[in-house]
Amino acid sequence: MSNTKIRRLTIARAMAEAIQQEMQSDPRVFVMGEDIGALGGVFGNTRGLLEEFGRERIRDTPISETAFIGAGVGAAQDGMRPVVELMFVDFFGVCFDAIYNNMAKNNYFSGGNVKVPMVLMTSTGGGYSDAGQHSQCLYATFAHLPGMKVVSPSNAYDAKGMMIAAIRDDSPVVFMYHKGLQGMGWLGTEAAATVDTPEQPYQVELGKAKIVREGSDVTIVGLAMGVHNALKAADKLAEEGVNAEVVDLRSLVPLDRETVISSVKKTGRLIVVDEDYQSYGVSGEVITSVVEHDYSLLRSGPKRVAYPDVPIPFARHMEQFCLPNADKIVAAFHAM
Amino acid sequence: MLISRETKLWMYKTMLLSRRFEETIEQIYLEGKTPAFNMANGPIPGEMHLSNGQEPVAVGVCAHLNAEDIVTATHRPHHQAIAKGVDLKRMTAEIFGKQTGLSGGRGGHMHIFDTNVNFGCSGIIAQGMGPACGAALSRKMQNKPGVAVSFIGEGAVNQGAFHESLNLAALWCLPVVFVVEDNAWGISVSKQDSTAVARNDVRAAAYDMPGHFVENNDPLVIYKVAGDAIDRARSGGGPSLIEIETFRLAGHFMGDAEAYRPDGEKAFLESKDPIPAFRKILLAEGTTDVALDHLKDQVEEQVSAAIAFARESAYAPAEDALTQVFAQGEYHE
Ligand SMILES: Cc1ncc(C[n+]2csc(CCOP(=O)(O)OP(=O)(O)O)c2C)c(N)n1
Repeated sequence: MSNTKIRRLTIARAMAEAIQQEMQSDPRVFVMGEDIGALGGVFGNTRGLLEEFGRERIRDTPISETAFIGAGVGAAQDGMRPVVELMFVDFFGVCFDAIYNNMAKNNYFSGGNVKVPMVLMTSTGGGYSDAGQHSQCLYATFAHLPGMKVVSPSNAYDAKGMMIAAIRDDSPVVFMYHKGLQGMGWLGTEAAATVDTPEQPYQVELGKAKIVREGSDVTIVGLAMGVHNALKAADKLAEEGVNAEVVDLRSLVPLDRETVISSVKKTGRLIVVDEDYQSYGVSGEVITSVVEHDYSLLRSGPKRVAYPDVPIPFARHMEQFCLPNADKIVAAFHAM
Repeated sequence: MLISRETKLWMYKTMLLSRRFEETIEQIYLEGKTPAFNMANGPIPGEMHLSNGQEPVAVGVCAHLNAEDIVTATHRPHHQAIAKGVDLKRMTAEIFGKQTGLSGGRGGHMHIFDTNVNFGCSGIIAQGMGPACGAALSRKMQNKPGVAVSFIGEGAVNQGAFHESLNLAALWCLPVVFVVEDNAWGISVSKQDSTAVARNDVRAAAYDMPGHFVENNDPLVIYKVAGDAIDRARSGGGPSLIEIETFRLAGHFMGDAEAYRPDGEKAFLESKDPIPAFRKILLAEGTTDVALDHLKDQVEEQVSAAIAFARESAYAPAEDALTQVFAQGEYHE
């Protein structure tokens, strides 16, 4: 990759470029979803693809998620590599059977004879007052159910490499992208998600967490927007002389428990940040992974900064009250 | 079906109220969102789906409904809410996220619930349809009066819930009317790109119920067709499906650049704006300019009062986010 061009890309552009490059090199790859054609995706991640590949491979669908996600499963099983978009993850309710009973289980039911090499990409996250049917993360809902990989990038470099890896993966991959990281100014965006991204295709291995900041006093684990909150908290803690290590999970299934455990070995303290509902979720799973491995690694009780178990309210101040943020992470550290 | 002068004036005034309300909301929505448009900012954050152009559907149908009748609406609910008689002040306060809002700021513009007039919505496509069937069933089981009307967009007819609900309603002969607002677009996807069926009223045949199609956004024809269907439901005749050709004068939501619209479509639709067209009809029938302007003044007052109420109301304490999750007002950690 020595002479590859590096550009700063938003996650939206990085995803579109990854899909574009895979479509150029593999005629089996195609895209289906609502408003992914002329509009380029509500969140910009298929922009430019219709112009290059036409309506046959960039297919706007009716609002029929059960049918077109089910069709993705069938096409994948028959040798295609569909990238299918569920516009907001909140809409999984109308089509979950196609996802968790078909997409996720047919490899198993067939004794490994049927492969479902499909990517289901879907937007997550709130923070812009879109209320409780358009702001959820639902990470754990998907990660709980066996048979599908579940990933969520925090920056454009990872987004491109993980999307290429997801398309090439023979297992179904749920690719969850956080709206607040997309680089779409119209719903506010975290600037730090827009990073240098090579033009040449490359893969980021699914199932590997990444230490995005090294430290020795406390491990803060998060994914997607949670990573940015964790990094901001780490900056604040640094002002107090506290050296926080930040782990970007990047993938929930497979979950890189080892990276988390070895970080906690070093720091002895663990905070998990999760924008999904707190109970029965990512934070509980990560903490359990450490405690089950060796509870004596922890010098104090673990903490979680997660979304409370309430639907997401519309009013800005109420939503912000519920959302994880850097100050809550710092406070969690102080409470340790 | 005859239509009284009084009803016509109510329809005109209600269309105007909905339009003036949305024009005002549109302005306020943009506060704090310029020069850079960021949905998260301003006194009204989040998505904003306007219904201007679609008022004839709301008034033509709701003219036949009483407070006891049930309406389920969508992500684009203002015109229907206003026509159903939802408390305008409290709805406006809800859109601003205030404590005096219908839900204390929890729901916002896509989740308007007013129990006094049996109005509710869902931001998930076609998900008002099952609840409308259930409300109709409840009235039937309790032997109580009332019909349910479920409004959906033409994009929603391609959801499973549409077909399941029509089948259930027909099977159980429920007092429910399904009204499809065909504004030709589901966000950026046109009707002809979303179904091979040109007119969705024909789908009624699949469930052995009457289907009707109304062309050209005509409030008087809508009134008549909806009236027949609602009468039928009220008198135990069972459900009907009505598709109404209407116009989405604005973008899908505010901030939509609408590059997908064919050239000239917007100007063409604006030339067919149903409000001036209805005014012309009323004038031709002998209503005076003075009388119509008087209605306009009343509408302006109503809108100003609602906006003032919303602006002046306080926000609920942020911790209120942790209340009303369960029936006793509590939440469980
Ligand atoms: C199940 C589901 N899928 C997708 C969406 C996203 N979405 C919101 S509005 C919309 C278009 C709806 O079109 P239509 O039903 O015709 O109503 P209109 O917006 O034209 O009023 C879509 C796809 C949703 N809210 N719910």
